[in-house]
Amino acid sequence: MKTLIPDFVLKAWMSLWGMLPPLMQYLVETTFWILVVMISVILTVAFTTYFERKVIGYMQGRVGPNRVGPFGLGQPFADVIKLLIKEVIVPKKSSRFLFIIAPLLTLTPALATWAVIPLSDTFVIANIDAGLLYVLSLTSVGVYGVILAGWATNSKYAFLGAMRSAAQIVAYEIAMGFALVGVLMAGGSLNLGVIIEAQAGGVSQWFILPLLPLFFVYLISGVAETNRAPFDVAEGESEIVAGFHVEYSGVAFALFFLGEYANIILISALTSIFFLGGYLSPFEGWTFLGDNNLVSFLRDPSLGWLCAKICFFIFVFFWLRATFPRYRYDQIMRLGWKVFIPVTIVWIGVEAVMAYLRVGPWSGLATASLAG
Amino acid sequence: MFHTILFYFFAIVLIGAAIGVIFARNPVHAVMFLVLAFFQSAVLWLLIEAEFLAIVLVLVYVGAVMVLFLFVVMMLDINVEEVSGGYTRYLPLGVLVAVLMVTELAQIIWLRSTPGISAAGFASTPDGYSNTKALGAVLYTEHVYAFEIAAVILLLAIVAAITLTMRKRPGLKQQDIAAQVAVRAADRIRIVKMDAVKPDTGSEP
Repeated sequence: MKTLIPDFVLKAWMSLWGMLPPLMQYLVETTFWILVVMISVILTVAFTTYFERKVIGYMQGRVGPNRVGPFGLGQPFADVIKLLIKEVIVPKKSSRFLFIIAPLLTLTPALATWAVIPLSDTFVIANIDAGLLYVLSLTSVGVYGVILAGWATNSKYAFLGAMRSAAQIVAYEIAMGFALVGVLMAGGSLNLGVIIEAQAGGVSQWFILPLLPLFFVYLISGVAETNRAPFDVAEGESEIVAGFHVEYSGVAFALFFLGEYANIILISALTSIFFLGGYLSPFEGWTFLGDNNLVSFLRDPSLGWLCAKICFFIFVFFWLRATFPRYRYDQIMRLGWKVFIPVTIVWIGVEAVMAYLRVGPWSGLATASLAG
Repeated sequence: MFHTILFYFFAIVLIGAAIGVIFARNPVHAVMFLVLAFFQSAVLWLLIEAEFLAIVLVLVYVGAVMVLFLFVVMMLDINVEEVSGGYTRYLPLGVLVAVLMVTELAQIIWLRSTPGISAAGFASTPDGYSNTKALGAVLYTEHVYAFEIAAVILLLAIVAAITLTMRKRPGLKQQDIAAQVAVRAADRIRIVKMDAVKPDTGSEP
């Protein structure tokens, strides 16, 4: 860094920076980090679409995209350019303002949630105490985009898609919230950083083992929340054409697409934070491996581990899509209300009893809360 | 300073959104204005460092209640002319509620500006103070009975609503999933053995 930039430029920059009032410094710095995180999420979304087509291609005995660039890696950019130069058609009898703002409403919450996600043990944009609540409230706001898109389009197919999606998301949000109550009890805090630190000490300390039922409930509800296959009745190509985004084209469609994949990445990140220790390494505490650079790199918590976990869950999303046929609508409702919610409630009860008897990872919980 | 500018900005948007709820001709637009109003009041709460209440307001009202509201409003085919005709009919009641609320607000402001009380009003909280924790501590110790009674009443309401619609009535179609899964081929298909019939001889009609 120092060799690239001449010394006097650096000095001038530092003195200029020092002249700014602290509030401005804070604003500039935060905006910079927000941009860094947002742009990386959007780039990840681009390559996630490529990843999806490749994974599903190989699972179905095809090759997937392989024309643009080496191994077809340029495909996402080709798609983006194609979508950008296409015309955005707004149906004549639609509610114009809501029609245009709806895709933004799906995308914004998905991006805003990244503010409280700890990306490594030192970096998080906003380290707030009520982080988990913030995550829950923003994921619940995401449904507006879909509902409004369906209504504003003024088409029966779109409206049906919106109705299905709204009912489904409301149903699965409850199970998701209850699963997070379990995580909250185990972690002893609403702060995501504290929840991750509570899982320190190797794979055996991760919440996935003691909270296994909640893990499955959360992951499957996450698939349902993002309207992905096998829960994609809101789109349901074979029944209602494309559901809520049937009339969207060009950039507006691209924004919906971006929102959907940003949500997939978000749910993957949240699942790995709540149940797989986020940025913590699975080899933590393996001191018998020696102490050279590579081993300690593998053992230390880092952004790399979080990315690896996120990639695994993204793969699971695509795996599910390639494997299962679409659920029937009433079965989706039955799974959400009659299976997931009772499972989570029972497991929260089990957890409470175990915490009271001081068994498992909650043994410290009773003393900690009594002291505090 | 910055704080004040933010406050006035969000307050103006809040009042604008509230006016929008009343004057929007389309019920869906009115609901969206209401969502905006909720968001703005959540931000105002954030500004006075009540982050738990602010986030819960978004979670409960925007995330759940308003979604159901929107759901219902979209399903109903509301006649716009009829709705907008209701202004004059509900005007006296509206004015009454408004006057009541303004008096209450004025009283609070008067109380706050009285010396002696105002000092205890908006004292800034110490560093590391978490109002989520403080609320939890009060809710589960001092007010635990009130809290649990409220929970039981809500549960009762849910059970009551479900029993009202799920009662046995003629024409009610219910699926028995267990029965569907337990079905075997023998329950649905009966294989009938028949004697071989001679080829057609032409005597039949």
